Amino acid sequence: MSSVSPGTRPPVAELERVTRTYRMGTNEVHALDELSFSFGRGEYWAVMGSSGSGKSTLLNLLGCLDRPSSGSYRIDGVDVSTLDDDQLSELRSQRLGFVFQSYNLIAQLNVLENILVPLFYQDEPPLEAEERARGLAERVGLGNRLEHRPPELSGGQQQRVAIARALVNQPALILADEATGNLDSHTALEILALFDELHAEGKTILMVTHEPDVAARAQHVLRLKDGRVETVVRDQNPAPAAAAASSR
Amino acid sequence: MKGPSLLRTVRLGVSSLLLHKLRSLLTMLGVLFGVFAVIAMLAIGEGGRVEAIERIRGLGTQNVLARSVKPREDFATGQQAVRVINYGLTEEDLARIEQTFPCVQRVVPVREIYEEVRCGERAMNPRVVATLPNYLDVTGRKIAEGRFLADEDERRVANVCVLDYDVARHLFPFASPLGKEVKIGGDYYTVVGTVLTRLRQKDDPAPAGQGTAEVFIPLETGRKWYGSMQVKLRAGSREMEEVELHELIVEVAELDNVMFVADAVREMLERNHPQTDFEVRVPLEMMREVEAQGRLWSFVLGAIAVISLVVGGIGITNVMLATVTERTREIGIRRALGAKRKHIVTQFLVETVTLCIGGGLVGVAAGLLSPWILELVLEKRAIVTPGSSFLAFGISVVIGIFAGMYPAWSAARMDPVEALRHE
Repeated sequence: MSSVSPGTRPPVAELERVTRTYRMGTNEVHALDELSFSFGRGEYWAVMGSSGSGKSTLLNLLGCLDRPSSGSYRIDGVDVSTLDDDQLSELRSQRLGFVFQSYNLIAQLNVLENILVPLFYQDEPPLEAEERARGLAERVGLGNRLEHRPPELSGGQQQRVAIARALVNQPALILADEATGNLDSHTALEILALFDELHAEGKTILMVTHEPDVAARAQHVLRLKDGRVETVVRDQNPAPAAAAASSR
Repeated sequence: MKGPSLLRTVRLGVSSLLLHKLRSLLTMLGVLFGVFAVIAMLAIGEGGRVEAIERIRGLGTQNVLARSVKPREDFATGQQAVRVINYGLTEEDLARIEQTFPCVQRVVPVREIYEEVRCGERAMNPRVVATLPNYLDVTGRKIAEGRFLADEDERRVANVCVLDYDVARHLFPFASPLGKEVKIGGDYYTVVGTVLTRLRQKDDPAPAGQGTAEVFIPLETGRKWYGSMQVKLRAGSREMEEVELHELIVEVAELDNVMFVADAVREMLERNHPQTDFEVRVPLEMMREVEAQGRLWSFVLGAIAVISLVVGGIGITNVMLATVTERTREIGIRRALGAKRKHIVTQFLVETVTLCIGGGLVGVAAGLLSPWILELVLEKRAIVTPGSSFLAFGISVVIGIFAGMYPAWSAARMDPVEALRHE
């Protein structure tokens, strides 16, 4: 898969001269400044940059949690800038998967229910929703903890639930925000291995991180500075699938 | 199926509420007391109304009562130790009313005799009523034992009497009074029956302190033995009264004609009694007044109770606002995972309404027990109508929706990015 030359893959997410401006008092801050970029289907990107480089803003935009001040953003061919709040929500529930640094599971729901949350908000949830969620729990190694609530799980386990939750709606794009930031290095490696597997299965993943060794696991690296693209490194690992296998 | 099913949303809401059991319970209490208050207040109003109506019905709704009233004594000097006062309704009035109005079914005359009733050592001062057998039908009194006065008694001028339940129990505590003899003034009467005691009325003709005890004897018998002249003992003086008839009970055939007959009777009597030594009372009119008054009371009491329910609702709004702030992060997560604003609104509204329904149901249950509590504490009759329970419950649900609307809306309005960042 990685032998296909860059740019030929159909883009999942396409940014065109996207600017996002925040007003801080009287100053205007350009968190993203005319950024144009596209993320191809099946690619595994690491987004790096110092704080204030615009990576969080980029993540919010890609996740349809925010809209650009100017420019256009298309996800899966849908132009986001014209959508209203409800349509953005719908897009999130159907095409996006989120993995957060602090897991962000809902405390009063058990593992199975947490995995099901994105489907809960779909207008027509799939009939086999629960089987799918059980399958994913099994897949991330928590098949025997379906009835547990998040506070009863370790950090690594919680993040696994979050990953299962991000997969349950079969998203076009998985967005991970410092997904290993709260984990010890051993657990972090396990989670990264899980991402490698997902990549090997052809999922499109975008991981925001500031840790070089996490970024090193990705297929491509995008480095931002002051809201613009600083550097792009493509195909830093010739065989990501092999890397995933060796890290087991 | 569209979106998350309501059942799942309710289950989610309940599990969120159970996370803070004490807080939810305290919030529910506000609604609980409000609903209880509405039901209890309306029950008190209804109880008072029904009681008043029963009392008035005891006078007969189709009746017009004309009573002899002693005229003002502005002409009396008070120098005489013994004086004779002649006033009141007469046999003539009776005949005139009977002949004039075709819509009058019956007119029953009543004479009252101020004599002590004795049986051996036991004595009491009930209202001794000399009247016709019709009295029973016209007033709707119920026979407890034996029979009431009969035409036969009237014809024979028999010395028979009928006791009401209070008198019977007082004079004959251990046995049935039927066939026994009592002494009224100087004469002996055979007891032929007992009737149920009349409910006490506010402006009861029976003197206070004597209750409503009554003894009935035939009209002719009363006339024969006691005449129309009676002696009343008063502080320092004796008073002689000459009254032919103390009361006329006019029964009207049609309920619609009652007010008309009452006015006509009043007018006719005024023409023949320049002294105004009578009064005309209409139980039906009293009943209508009581009903109007009862409605007003129910409204006032109910309004006060509804205010307490509203206060409970404000408490809920307050708690839900705190809950929303506390759960900002959760709202952000749900929004990021695809919840629309309406889903967030629904989630919080369901929680509020669940609180209200829970509090409302317990409140209704407590409200249904309220007559028992109120009768125990206030010794007041209270009646819960199904309508008031539904009303109170309905109001609590509506208040729940209103109380939850603002917190739910403020939850839905949050910016998902900000909410996710919230600690």
